[in-house]
Amino acid sequence: MWDWAFTLEILPTLAKAAVISIEATLIGFVLAAVLGLVLALVRIAIPWTAWPISVLVELIRSTPLLIQIFFLYFVFPSFGVTLDAFTAGVLALGIHYAAYCSEVYRAGFDNIHRGQWEASTALNLSAWTTFKDIIIPQAIPPIVPALGNYLVALFKETPLLSAIAVLELMQTAKIIGSETFRYTEPITLVGIFFLIMSLVSAAFIRAAERLLNRRPAR
Amino acid sequence: MGIRTLIVMLVASILLIAFLALKPAYSLFLPGLLEGALLTAKITVLGCLLAVAMGVLAALGKLYGPAPIRWLANLYIEIFRGTSALVQLFWLFFVLPQFGISLEPFTVAVLGLGLNVGAYGAECVRGAVTSVARGQWEAATALNMTRAQMLRRIILPQAFIAMIPPWGNLFIELLKSTALVSLITLSDLAFKAQQMNQTTMKTIPIFTLVLLIYLAMSLVITIGMRYLEGRMSKGLARGRTV
Repeated sequence: MWDWAFTLEILPTLAKAAVISIEATLIGFVLAAVLGLVLALVRIAIPWTAWPISVLVELIRSTPLLIQIFFLYFVFPSFGVTLDAFTAGVLALGIHYAAYCSEVYRAGFDNIHRGQWEASTALNLSAWTTFKDIIIPQAIPPIVPALGNYLVALFKETPLLSAIAVLELMQTAKIIGSETFRYTEPITLVGIFFLIMSLVSAAFIRAAERLLNRRPAR
Repeated sequence: MGIRTLIVMLVASILLIAFLALKPAYSLFLPGLLEGALLTAKITVLGCLLAVAMGVLAALGKLYGPAPIRWLANLYIEIFRGTSALVQLFWLFFVLPQFGISLEPFTVAVLGLGLNVGAYGAECVRGAVTSVARGQWEAATALNMTRAQMLRRIILPQAFIAMIPPWGNLFIELLKSTALVSLITLSDLAFKAQQMNQTTMKTIPIFTLVLLIYLAMSLVITIGMRYLEGRMSKGLARGRTV
């Protein structure tokens, strides 16, 4: 049932594809983290944007990522913006998770005590300095675990890129399967790879959580 | 978001679909897409039922089961949370037949998504059960209840309310994951969209309608769960003040 020689033969190809999956994860997550922060900050800085932004976030979170990927890949060219498959996929991942991340940041900022703002005003700090030196250093550490969970979630969504033929792990496994008529080894290996990566990153997140909690309380 | 805003969004999205349906460029695609949406809804409902059953079983197994059942529950939760939903669907669809078990695509869809979301659900059931105050257990022990009686009559009814919001999120996750079943040949909403897109190349109307239909469906779930939460916690508040 399980062919070890075949497993060893396809392993290097899958490893190469795994690099693309990880690349997509990292670029997508940086995009999500930055865009999410921008959304959260705009929402605080310009009050009237709160309602449109929350509708936008709700829209992004209530529709499937696969459809959003198709939307970027198939619909944008009709507006004259043609993206290659990898860019469209990573952009969709980034935008989708930015919606989730913005809610995480918002929770982080909401948890900062009002007194911190008032004390900064009393010290005559500008809004930007208050944000940079007072609010963000206190708001970010508690939300690192939540962001970490989204990093793992985003990683597990990368097989969706196979639907627009990005040669990541899943697409490569599918191609190997269709060429050799053996799906057992490639797809099981992909599953094992995701399991290992998720468990390892979960351990990292827990370590980061412990490290951050060691800092003195406010 | 308030429930009123959600209802306004739902009504707006349905009106928008109705308005677009008046235009010939859009009305052409609507019947096919709605047919796909029906299959999506079917998979979502059955998947949710399976997910709830698996979530409760795995959580109770993990909390109160004897060692082998506890390990089994842990194994289930870690494997299904640790790997990607699409990989799980593909495994059930492509790999199981090689072990002599061939399932219908529809069965694979319900099974794959239900088991995947059930693993996440197990953790939220576990969280809700352990969040019930210790005193409730002690009081039930004082009344000489067996463990099954305590769980059934005292703990689970209270844990149920704490479970509603996270389950609501999971149901929406499940609805969105149904788009994956288009990749194992089921003609759901996402599949229909792709098929029509390939034959007509009218991408804008097709994908706009698809997004609106998914939005309306997940808003229905969100509003339903909010309503359920409101009703259930009303009963809890009354019970506490007595």
